[in-house]
Amino acid sequence: MQYALELKNVHYAYHTLEGETYALKDITFSVREGEFIALVGPSGCGKSTLLHLIAGLLTPEKGLIKINGSYHPDNTSCIGYMLQKDELLEWRTIYQNVLLGLEIQHALTTRSRALARALLTQYGLNAFANARPSELSGGMRQRAALIRTLVLKPDIMLLDEPFSALDYQTRLNVSDDIGQIIKKEKKTAILVTHDLAEAVSLADRILVLTSRPATIGQTVNVSFSDPGLSPLARRNAPEFKTYFNLIWKELNPDE
Amino acid sequence: MNELSKNQLHYLNMHRRHKRIVAVSRVSILLAFLFLWEFAANTGLVDSFIFSSPSRIALCFLEMTGDGSIFRHIGITLYETLVSFILVIFFSLFVTVLLWLFRKLSEILEPYLVVLNSLPKSALAPLLIVWLGANRTTIIIAGMSVAIFGSILNLYSEFSEVDPDKIMLIYTLHGNRLHALTKVVIPSCIPAIISTMKVNIGLCLVGVIIGEFIGGREGLGYMIIYGSQVFKLDWLLMSICILCVIAMLLYALIGLVEKWYLGRCKISG
Repeated sequence: MQYALELKNVHYAYHTLEGETYALKDITFSVREGEFIALVGPSGCGKSTLLHLIAGLLTPEKGLIKINGSYHPDNTSCIGYMLQKDELLEWRTIYQNVLLGLEIQHALTTRSRALARALLTQYGLNAFANARPSELSGGMRQRAALIRTLVLKPDIMLLDEPFSALDYQTRLNVSDDIGQIIKKEKKTAILVTHDLAEAVSLADRILVLTSRPATIGQTVNVSFSDPGLSPLARRNAPEFKTYFNLIWKELNPDE
Repeated sequence: MNELSKNQLHYLNMHRRHKRIVAVSRVSILLAFLFLWEFAANTGLVDSFIFSSPSRIALCFLEMTGDGSIFRHIGITLYETLVSFILVIFFSLFVTVLLWLFRKLSEILEPYLVVLNSLPKSALAPLLIVWLGANRTTIIIAGMSVAIFGSILNLYSEFSEVDPDKIMLIYTLHGNRLHALTKVVIPSCIPAIISTMKVNIGLCLVGVIIGEFIGGREGLGYMIIYGSQVFKLDWLLMSICILCVIAMLLYALIGLVEKWYLGRCKISG
């Protein structure tokens, strides 16, 4: 069987004049197409480093990363990356911001523009296409950032704590929103988060990382009796608490 | 039209009053200064041969507008200033972009730039005259020499302070460093570029005047030096007054550019 993404024995260390810091040790896991994976772990354990490696922004010191069966980093173009903050550029309108990735990849065509328009309309931002980012709410900004990634038609979405900069209420709504968009667009997704509830509400599978140097501690398959539940509805399902406690224990073994 | 509340009207009145007081005070200071100067010169409190007087300066100006010579001098100084200003902006942007793209280069060149920037540039002017001759090119280069190093250092530090997360965004969209430069760094530095321009236009004028002091046969700098040598203090003080006006106008010109840029941002938004 071919996986959308495979990591084999990936190691990574940061080098400074003070010495070497091991960030990731022997990371091995695979992601099926259309699967939603959440990576949780103590803060500073190297979760973001792992996403940077997958996106090809960093090169592993040891180990292999395969995307759609081929060796990295020849084909990172099928990877979409969502950052912690929306990073919308204030001197561009929302529409121009959404086109940024296409401009960079010289992929601005009538068809790709039409796709951008369609996504803006579909996700309720068309009325704000000519607005500046500062005129939008935090949730709308994050949605615009998602569309900026989606127009590049990525197969794999990397989400680097994309909701952590939002206030709690917006965060619940936006994670519900974006979770459903990703499901609907049938994207493979890897979410990095320190919020266990968020991980349980969104993911099909949760990988628990240990503290630095990070290794994969445990893998938890998340399955709800009703598979069609939205992320927000999952929070009210009876299994939610079970999974939450399971992962909580995994992260805090001493208690 | 909404009816304004009493307090709002009061606030607006106070604001208008404040503006009026500032404007009236500004003009009165100038008028009082000119009047005192004229008065002192006419009554012999100060020697009008040394200190000149507003009326003598005005007469001198009228006389020189008659034969058009004053416009030639002003034109030449303005031309030299604008050319050196445009060259400074062009070269300093070019060098800053290179430094930003090649970080090793910027680290290697940093001490040289710092030394060149702290050097009093007027010390270079005599050297430039000897090397390049007493001509207009030399004066333009003298103008550039005053502004360019500071401009590069300033722009480079602005370029380096661009939010690294925004640059990371470009990489996550599969762009390279050149994309980061054109899509993020330069657009976000435009306000900084404009404020560097504001400083530079004044510095270029300083450099051009220094150049004209030692190498010019025309221009306001030449008139100042010549006026001091032959004790034509009317010439000298008139040139200084004209320089004040030119400096103010050039600064206002960049202010217009800034306004235009800010307006453009709003309209397309």
